[in-house]
Amino acid sequence: MTDTILRMGGITKSFPGVKALQDVDLSVRRGEIHAICGENGAGKSTLMKVLSGVYPHGTYDGEIFFEGERCEFSAIRDSERLGIVIIHQELALCPQLSIAENIFLGNERASNGLVDWNRTNHEAAELLRRVGLQANPVTPVLDIGVGKQQLVEIAKALSKKVKLLILDEPTAALNDGDSAHLLDLLRGLKEEGVTSVIISHKLNEIAAIADTITILRDGRTIDTLDMKADNVTEDRIISGMVGRDLEHRFPPHEPNIGEEVFRIEDWTVHSPTQSGRVVVKEANLNLRRGEIVGLAGLMGAGRTELAMSVFGRSYGKDISGRLVKDGEEITVRSVQDAISHGIAYATEDRKRYGLNLIEDVQRNISAAGLDKLSRRGWVNENEEHRVAGEFRKSMNIKAPSVASITGKLSGGNQQKVVLSKWIFTDPDVLILDEPTRGIDVGAKYEIYSIINRLADEGKAVLVISSELPELLGLCDRIYALSGGRITGEVTRAEATQEGLMRYMTREQE
Amino acid sequence: MTTAPTETPVPTQPPEDRAPRRISFNPRQSGIYVAFALIVVLFTILTGGSLLEPQNISNIIVQNSYVLILAIGMILIIIAGHIDLSAGSVVAVTGAISAVLMVNMHVPWPLALLITLVVGAVIGAWQGYWIAYFGIPAFIVTLAGMLVFRALTLTVLGNQGIGPFPDPIRTLSNGFTDGYLGNIALGPLGGADLVSLLVGVLAVAGIAFSQWRKRAARLGYLQEVDLLPLFLLKIGGSGVVVLAVVVQLARFKNLPWVLVLLTALVLAYTLVTTRAVFGRHIYAVGGNLQAATLSGVKVKQVTFWIFVNMGVLAALAGVIFAGRLNQAGPTAGNAFELDAIAAAFIGGAAVQGGVGKVVGAITGGLIMAVINNGMSLIGAPSERVMLVKGLVLLAAVAYDIWTKRRTSNLRS
Repeated sequence: MTDTILRMGGITKSFPGVKALQDVDLSVRRGEIHAICGENGAGKSTLMKVLSGVYPHGTYDGEIFFEGERCEFSAIRDSERLGIVIIHQELALCPQLSIAENIFLGNERASNGLVDWNRTNHEAAELLRRVGLQANPVTPVLDIGVGKQQLVEIAKALSKKVKLLILDEPTAALNDGDSAHLLDLLRGLKEEGVTSVIISHKLNEIAAIADTITILRDGRTIDTLDMKADNVTEDRIISGMVGRDLEHRFPPHEPNIGEEVFRIEDWTVHSPTQSGRVVVKEANLNLRRGEIVGLAGLMGAGRTELAMSVFGRSYGKDISGRLVKDGEEITVRSVQDAISHGIAYATEDRKRYGLNLIEDVQRNISAAGLDKLSRRGWVNENEEHRVAGEFRKSMNIKAPSVASITGKLSGGNQQKVVLSKWIFTDPDVLILDEPTRGIDVGAKYEIYSIINRLADEGKAVLVISSELPELLGLCDRIYALSGGRITGEVTRAEATQEGLMRYMTREQE
Repeated sequence: MTTAPTETPVPTQPPEDRAPRRISFNPRQSGIYVAFALIVVLFTILTGGSLLEPQNISNIIVQNSYVLILAIGMILIIIAGHIDLSAGSVVAVTGAISAVLMVNMHVPWPLALLITLVVGAVIGAWQGYWIAYFGIPAFIVTLAGMLVFRALTLTVLGNQGIGPFPDPIRTLSNGFTDGYLGNIALGPLGGADLVSLLVGVLAVAGIAFSQWRKRAARLGYLQEVDLLPLFLLKIGGSGVVVLAVVVQLARFKNLPWVLVLLTALVLAYTLVTTRAVFGRHIYAVGGNLQAATLSGVKVKQVTFWIFVNMGVLAALAGVIFAGRLNQAGPTAGNAFELDAIAAAFIGGAAVQGGVGKVVGAITGGLIMAVINNGMSLIGAPSERVMLVKGLVLLAAVAYDIWTKRRTSNLRS
C-alpha cells in the first residue's frame, strides 16, 4: 500500500481575477479511496479538472505524475487513455440513448466500422452486473432514476479500464439507499484494485469510506490525513475545512428590525415535469424590515423552487397559498408583477439565469429597472450610464468601465452586477439565492457587507445558502427546509450548525 | 461650434470630473465598414470607374432596396436568436395580393397598400404565435411558412403574373423625386438637381448636428468621447461619402424614392434598436433568454412582435418588388430570405443572437449588392458571382469569430 499511483505537485491555476488553486499537492496511493474535502469554492473541482485534462497542460503551473510517468494532458481523451476517469456532478449521459449506448459512447464495440449490437449489449449487461444495477441495457437512460444513472456512469468508466476513478459529489443528488449502494460499490471496486478519489461534502460518508483525506481551503492544500492512523473525526475535518474563525469572515452588523413586510402562507408547489410530485409543501415564513433571514436546506430540499415560485411563478405549477406584502394579500403572476410589488430575486446560477454575459455592465445593471430610465418607451442612455457608474462605485465593481463586457469579469464582480441590477429596482424584499457561490473569500466579505447595508436601509433580505457558516454568520433568523417542508426556525442566538443540520435532515412523516 | 467648453478643463477640477477622451477603433464592429470601402475601391478599379457612375449608383440602390428592407427586419430576428426562412415567400404572396387588389379589383392604391401591409402583419402574427407562444423553433415555423406562402402565392395568382401596377406604386419602387427647383451647373460634373443636392447638404448637416449633440450630452454626463480631431474626421468622412453619393444621384435622375424610404426606415430602426426599451429587450432576449425572463422582460411578446414587424417589412418589400417589375409573379422573392440573412451575418450579427446592428445589416447587404453589380459590370458569369458571395459570407463570419476569440476570454 505504499505504491503511489498519482502525485500532483505545486498545482497553481488562475482565472482572471481569481487564483483558484495555489501550490496544491495531492498524492494518492494505489488501491485506496481518497477523499477530497473543502468548502464550496475551495478548488476541489478545479483540481480534478486539471487532473483530467479539462484544463489542458500549459494553462496551469505544476506537475502531474501518474504511475510514475510525467503527464501533460491536452484533453480528457489523454487522461482517459491512461485510465483516469472523472464522473462529474452533472452526469454526462445522453438521455435518449440506451444504457448500453451510453456506456460505450465514443468507445463503441464495432467491427469494420459497424456497431456490433450483440457484443455491445452483452458487455453492457456484464458491466451492469459488476456495478449491481438490475436494468436492461437497451433501456433509455431517461427512464431510469438519477441513482441508477450514476451507476451507468461508473459502468462506463469500468468499460474504459479505469485505474483511477474520480467522483465529484457522487451522492449529492441521491437518496440514502442509492448512496449506500454507491459507497458499497466503491468498496467493491477497491477490492478489484480500482483507486477512487471522491469529492464530497458529506462528512459522515467520508468517515465511513475513505482511507485518506486531503483537505483544501481557499485553493491551498491544508492537510492530508490517514483516516485510521491519524484517528480523524468529523470535527477535525470541519476545523480543517473552515479554518478561519467566523469572527473575521463576516462584517459586524447590529440589526435594526422593524415590522413584518412580507409573508408566505401555506405555500405549496408542484413539479412542472413530474406530475403529482410536491416540491414545496405548506410552507409558511415571514420577513421583517431590516431583517436578514436565512433559508437552509440540502440539495433537493426545494429552496430555489420555493423562491422562484414566489418570484412571479418562475417555477412550478399548481401553486397554491398566499403572499402578503405590507399586510395586504398580493397576486404575483409574472416576474413583472413581482418587480412592481418590490420583490427581487437574484438567482443561484448567475451565468445561466442572471446575466447577459455578452452585454456590457451598464446594460446588465439596467436590465430589470429599464422602466425607471425610460419615458414613453425610450431609454435615456446618459442617465443609464450615470446610474451604472454610481453602482460601479458604491458596489466596488472592479471593471475597467461600465462598458466592459460582463462575461469578462470575475465571479465576485459579476455577482455585484447582479445585485446592482436588483437593488436598482428598489425592492423591499430581496431573495438572494446562493449569493456567494463560486466567488473568492475577499469578494464574499464585500457581498456580506452589501447585504448588511441593504438590511440597514430597511429592506428584508432572504438568503438561501448551502453553507451553514454563512447563514450563521449573516442571518438574524434561519428557516430550515427539508423535503419541501419548513422543518425548523431558529434565531441567531440559538442557531448552531448541528442543530440546523438536524432540521435539514429531518425526514417528513 | 468652434470650441467645446469642456475641451479646456479648469485646472482646479479633480481629474475625475473631466470626461476621458479615447481613440476608438473596434476591429470587430468597424471591420465591416473597412471591408465595404475596400470592396468599393476594388470594383471601382476593376470596372474602370463605371461602378461609381451616376446611373450605376442609382441602379444598385433601386435593385437592392427590397433585400435591404428585408435585412432590417431580419437583423432584429437574428439579434433575438431566431431566423426567418419565409421572407421570400411572404414577399411573393403580399406582392400577389397587392396586385389582385390594385389591378384586378381596382382598389385605390393607398388603401391597397395599407391592406397589403396589414396582411403582412397577420402573416407575421401567425408565425410569431407558433414561435413565441407555442414554442416551435423559428427555423421550422418559417420553413413551413416558406412552403405555405409560396403555395398561397400560386393560388392567388392562378399561376400567372398580374400587372401592370398603378403609376404611384411604380414611382415608389422605380421612380425619382422631381426636379422642383431645376438644375444647377456643377462645373465639369455637368448639371445636377438642386433639390437632391439640398437634401444631401441637409442630411450632412443633420448628421453633424445630431452627433455633436450626442457628444455634448455625453460630455455633460462625464462620459468617454472620441478625441475632437477623430470625431471631426468621422463626421467629415461620412459627410463626404453622403455628399458624393447624392451628387452622383443628382447628376442622374434625382433621388430614387426607395432611397428616401430606406433612409427613413434605417433611421427609425436604428433609433428603436439603440434607444427604445423594446430594442433593448430584443438584445436581452437574444443574449440570455433565461436572464431576460427573470429580469421581467416579456420574452414571448418581444418574439411575437419582431415577427409581426418582419411580416410588415416583407409586405412592403413585396409591393416594391412587384411595382419594380410592374407585375406580381409566382417566382417573386425567390431566395430573398437568404440574401437578407447573409446581409445580417456579413454585417456582424452573431449566430447565437444578442449581437447585431441595423446599419451593419444594411452595410452587409450593400457589400453583396456591390459584388453583384461590380461583377456583372466586368462580365463575370452568374455562377462566379454566387461563388464569390458565398465565400464572402463565410469569410465575414470567420473574421467575426476570429476577432471574438482573440479579444475575449469569457469565463466558462
